[in-house]
Amino acid sequence: MATRFKGLSRELMAMRVANELKDGTYVNLGIGIPTLVSDWIEGRDIVLQSEIGMLNTGPLASQENVDQDLINASCQPVTERPGSAYISTADSFGMIRGGRMDVAVLGALQVSEKGDLASWANPERGFPEGVGNIGGSMDLAVGAKRVIATMIHTTTKGEAKIVKNCGYALTAEKCVDLILTDLALIEVTPEGLVLKEIAAGLTAEDVQSVTEPKLIIAPDLCEFRL
Amino acid sequence: MDKVVSSADEAVADIFDGAIVAIGGFFTAGTPTSLIQALARKGCKDLTLVIMTMGPGNPDVLQLVLNGQVKKTISNYPFYRSASQGADCCFEIMVRAELIEVETLPMGTFCEKLRAGGAGLAAFYTPTGVGTVVARGKEIRKFGDRDYLLETAIRPDFALVYAHKGDRMGNLICRKTARNFNPDMAAAAECTIAAVEYLVEPGQLDPDTVHVPGIFVKRVLEVGRPSYVPGL
Repeated sequence: MATRFKGLSRELMAMRVANELKDGTYVNLGIGIPTLVSDWIEGRDIVLQSEIGMLNTGPLASQENVDQDLINASCQPVTERPGSAYISTADSFGMIRGGRMDVAVLGALQVSEKGDLASWANPERGFPEGVGNIGGSMDLAVGAKRVIATMIHTTTKGEAKIVKNCGYALTAEKCVDLILTDLALIEVTPEGLVLKEIAAGLTAEDVQSVTEPKLIIAPDLCEFRL
Repeated sequence: MDKVVSSADEAVADIFDGAIVAIGGFFTAGTPTSLIQALARKGCKDLTLVIMTMGPGNPDVLQLVLNGQVKKTISNYPFYRSASQGADCCFEIMVRAELIEVETLPMGTFCEKLRAGGAGLAAFYTPTGVGTVVARGKEIRKFGDRDYLLETAIRPDFALVYAHKGDRMGNLICRKTARNFNPDMAAAAECTIAAVEYLVEPGQLDPDTVHVPGIFVKRVLEVGRPSYVPGL
């Protein structure tokens, strides 16, 4: 049975992802940990796209500023900022499939060593095969120039979520470029998964013990750059 | 041309058993609540709903399920995100029991099937869904070095849509993210029924800002501002 290691909080995971984003880019943030990334990029030159049909999505609305006609893709009331634009959801996905998103940050259930992503079908919910909340995940995984997958490193039972082959239904094949978990930052390369950063107090062996595929240790492996 | 009807019941009067009905709205934003309520009162059965989600933030749609009116849904985010919240939802219980069929599509494919339907196209190739369960039974074709999936258009019998403003001729203007699926559903359906917050006279909408031209809209009903609380 794998040990449970202590790693980054969800907030610090979001901060680490924010450090990965470059100024002058268009970014889509998925539901869950990815949503928290917006807290760490305030004031930066990054345009957030919301797949419901909004570019340059502003911060969450305060109670008195809630407008029922203005929500993000997670159904949270948000705000406009200078330079916002509205489009239909069809046009929104046109820009997603059309390769205009520089980065998509997506939540994940499993990622394989080839970068396959499984993020939408949790078999424990008991729905028939092929039925679940796909939402925008498949289009974003296929269309974004760079896909960052975020998740807690293991299941609550301690099972690896970075696996040789995904057991859960796929979102897209070979689409993930970078995996950020509470324990490690791992790059997906043609040679395999490269372990680049780890949580303070952990060793590469610790991370390997809760990761199914063999990790390649980066020569400059270091603690999380926060 | 005057397309205004005086009540929601009159607006949905010809929706028949077995109809394919598209319903606009993204979670709460831009949902034609009063038309869905009228559909529940009318009680037609065996409906196929083309709708983003069933339930989260939308009790009126769940009433259709409780009434036993829904045979199938074509959706992209049908369920509650949280398994515990969804466990007791009537829709999820009926789906697990296979009493309602759900066809789940990627959101971009869902939109594009409607856009194709409205534009007179039979089908289109998309890279989304290749290598997943969504591709099962569908043609894959290579263009360049990339695989694409053949997806066919949707032409619903009816669309129930919501807009911020509409004129008597059926021209519609949506507002902010309440636009979402509404324009593409309006264009795709055989008969589109629009619930508008404000009804105005022809000439009062700036023609340059119309999102749905009246040719796509059969009926217009003024409903005022529906109230729903954003957030799931």
